[in-house]
Amino acid sequence: MKFEIRITGLGGQGAITAGHVFGSAAALLEGKEVVVTEGYSPYVTGGWSRADVVVSDEPIDYPLVSRLDALVTMYQEGLDLNMKMVKPTGVVVAEQRLVDLSKVVGDKRVFPIPAADAADKLGKKVLMNIVMLGSAVALAAPRSLEPLKKAVMERFPKAAELNVRALDTGADLARAAKGRSIESLV
Amino acid sequence: MISPQVPHGGPEVRVPHHINDPVIRSERLPNIWCPGCGIGIVVGAYVRALQKSAIPRERQISISGIGCTGRVSGYLNLDSYHTTHGRAIAFATGMAVARPELEITVIAGDGDLGVIGGNHLIHAARRNVDINVIMVNNFNYGMTGGQHGGTTPLGARTHTSPYGNVETPFNIPYLVAAAGASFVSRWTAMHVRQLTAAFSRMMEVKGFAFMEVLSPCPPTFGEFNGFPEALDMMKYFRDKAVVDHNADLSKIAVTARPDDSVVVGNFVDRKRPSYQELLGDLRARVQAQGVAKK
Amino acid sequence: MSSADAGGLKPGDHFMMGNFACVEGAILAGCRFYAGYPITPSSEIFERASVRFPQVGGNAIEMEDEVGSMAALVGASFGGAKVMTATSGPGFSLMMENIGLAYITEAPVVLVNVQRAGPSTGIPTLVGQGDMMQAKWGSHGDLETIAYSPSSVQEFFEFTIQAFNAAERFRTPVFVMADQIVAMMWERLRVPPAEEIEVTQRLVMEPAADQDRERVVFDYAKDFIPMPIAGRGSRVNVDSLTHDSRGYPTTDHGWSEKMTRHLAGKVRGHAREIWRWEEKFLEDAEVAVVSYGSAARSALAAVKYARAKGVKAGLLRLQTPWPFPDEVVEKVSRKVSGLVVAEINAGQMIHPVRENSRCPVVGVPWAPGTLIEPRAIVDAMQAVVAS
Repeated sequence: MKFEIRITGLGGQGAITAGHVFGSAAALLEGKEVVVTEGYSPYVTGGWSRADVVVSDEPIDYPLVSRLDALVTMYQEGLDLNMKMVKPTGVVVAEQRLVDLSKVVGDKRVFPIPAADAADKLGKKVLMNIVMLGSAVALAAPRSLEPLKKAVMERFPKAAELNVRALDTGADLARAAKGRSIESLV
Repeated sequence: MISPQVPHGGPEVRVPHHINDPVIRSERLPNIWCPGCGIGIVVGAYVRALQKSAIPRERQISISGIGCTGRVSGYLNLDSYHTTHGRAIAFATGMAVARPELEITVIAGDGDLGVIGGNHLIHAARRNVDINVIMVNNFNYGMTGGQHGGTTPLGARTHTSPYGNVETPFNIPYLVAAAGASFVSRWTAMHVRQLTAAFSRMMEVKGFAFMEVLSPCPPTFGEFNGFPEALDMMKYFRDKAVVDHNADLSKIAVTARPDDSVVVGNFVDRKRPSYQELLGDLRARVQAQGVAKK
Repeated sequence: MSSADAGGLKPGDHFMMGNFACVEGAILAGCRFYAGYPITPSSEIFERASVRFPQVGGNAIEMEDEVGSMAALVGASFGGAKVMTATSGPGFSLMMENIGLAYITEAPVVLVNVQRAGPSTGIPTLVGQGDMMQAKWGSHGDLETIAYSPSSVQEFFEFTIQAFNAAERFRTPVFVMADQIVAMMWERLRVPPAEEIEVTQRLVMEPAADQDRERVVFDYAKDFIPMPIAGRGSRVNVDSLTHDSRGYPTTDHGWSEKMTRHLAGKVRGHAREIWRWEEKFLEDAEVAVVSYGSAARSALAAVKYARAKGVKAGLLRLQTPWPFPDEVVEKVSRKVSGLVVAEINAGQMIHPVRENSRCPVVGVPWAPGTLIEPRAIVDAMQAVVAS
């Protein structure tokens, strides 16, 4: 089994951090083969960034993603540029306030997630990426959140509890999103 | 096999014993320098300072770049390093950080230290690396046959400035003092006692200790620039040098014109923490926090 | 040989970026001195060294440029330290001068080159493998190079340790020719227990009697000569000029021949001990891909794909591109009808591959700043099989 996910956002949103958390959980706690690669725009601040994660039961030869099982995006171009890489069976997790979904109405792969609002409610805007990660895992690779929770606790020891709540919030939002249509949002 | 050769057709001179033998690789003599060159005088003064120094001889290190003065290290019976052109100070910085207990002296020429290596010079002075740097300034690139460089006086004639040099030279002590060195001085090859005393002081100074030594280069500089005989520039230093330890460094550029004076002295001697001290403090601070094992 | 140094990463599994794994390998190998200048995509190595080296009693210093960095490394190496730097193409060019100094003075130095795309400033953030020939021929005057090429985070860690061991054993600059993909990727790193990590210590010259001025300090009849370390009373002249067995500069033809033969010979004579390579599916292969670094991962994917399509394909992965494993390549070339060289450049290692092969050799020129795609390698293999 091979699973490919791209997490993309603008500088400061934590797309790459989310990729590392997901990757380290799979590699160290689930015993999977994992490669995380990164990409950035040349701007030091504010440009796009992305983490690509390949998870597999077998050793990974070609380390880059080619056909996405999941796309997580927290900015408009992340959707526009990457939709073509998403498998027909794949899942697109889009932050619904930051991404205009009017062009993908009817596309059953797309799930809008109000992660920015959820992060605000949790009291820290920077938790948006972890909320998105919780949603993505719940939608695209349903499994126990326990390894991910351990990974965020290790990565953010000073804000461990908040990050765990962010993951749970993301998973809850994913379940809610399954019952909603994009039409209701646009 | 290497056969000892006597340059310039002079007689082979063998001295059975000399007081500097422990510090000079006398088996390598005669040296490569021209008659009338000032480098040997600088080496003599440095060797006397070494003999007087309380620092154990095995901790004294000599590092040179490339050029006439670059050959100095090879004649000293120390751990000696003949490195690449311009890079002696960078080489010394690495060794000085790795081994702060060593007393490292860089001896090299003006083109080497001040031009191709000029960036290393100012940054080592800025960091205040605890090394000694002796720049023998003979106003030109001597070993390559006499070309102009960053210390060649305006108007001076060399093989690459045959119509007169159009570049303004660096005022070296002013530059190095501005960059932050703990100790900055200038003497000439005529000031033998002052050289020795200043070298001794440089070995005591914590931080970047720098000296510019003005030196005659009869065949490739003096001859074309108003000092036709080998001794003429030495006479010029004798007659025109003005000792002023408190000189305004912005006004001590050297013209090397027979009528202009040359200001010499120990201009700067100040306490600033050295690079090695600050790095040592940093390591101690970090290690006191304990090594966080990830 | 001794085992790895204290203060290193604890044994077990870690999830880590290639550039970080490189630093941790260096620390376990005993490196305590880093001099560098920031450059993408190698800067994480400098940054992590700046955090980690003071913790283990070492120094990571920033020089004014890469010329000074390499000079400082040679100086620190003669100070007795195990030393390293990391850079990318533009910095590699500037380091060439004092790589030559390290070579002629026989100073152990480890240089990690995280290769990026293009000539000159090129594309700093994207991948390339365009410095492979520069590693061999970049510094003037006939250098014999040792270079490792990692394909994974694990190998970046292991090859850094091996690079230190080779540098210390051969007393010569050793390169880890990584690339942006391997350097920036995160993978699982498995750190073995310290006692299982073999670490080579350098042979150090014992101080000689003061009066013995004519002593042979560099015995060129031997491959491995003890190194004079500053401050121990060795009183040896270390010279960038061609030098005789006393360390003194010479223009003598005989000494020039002896010294240069010694410098190259100590590497060439032990090349088989340095070579590392990996063979995959070569037993029955009709066509084989020769590759290295991150490109080799594409090559392996391509080989597996071709096999699934019925082409008997194999892979020879060069883990040490230099000294070039000529016998290994020749042996493989005798078994197959053609070789495909897959690398992220316009064709560099294809030249020594072709020089040492007994079959046709084709390249897959690739320079868009991306990892070479398996598709391009498959096409080349199919063309070889068809012809």
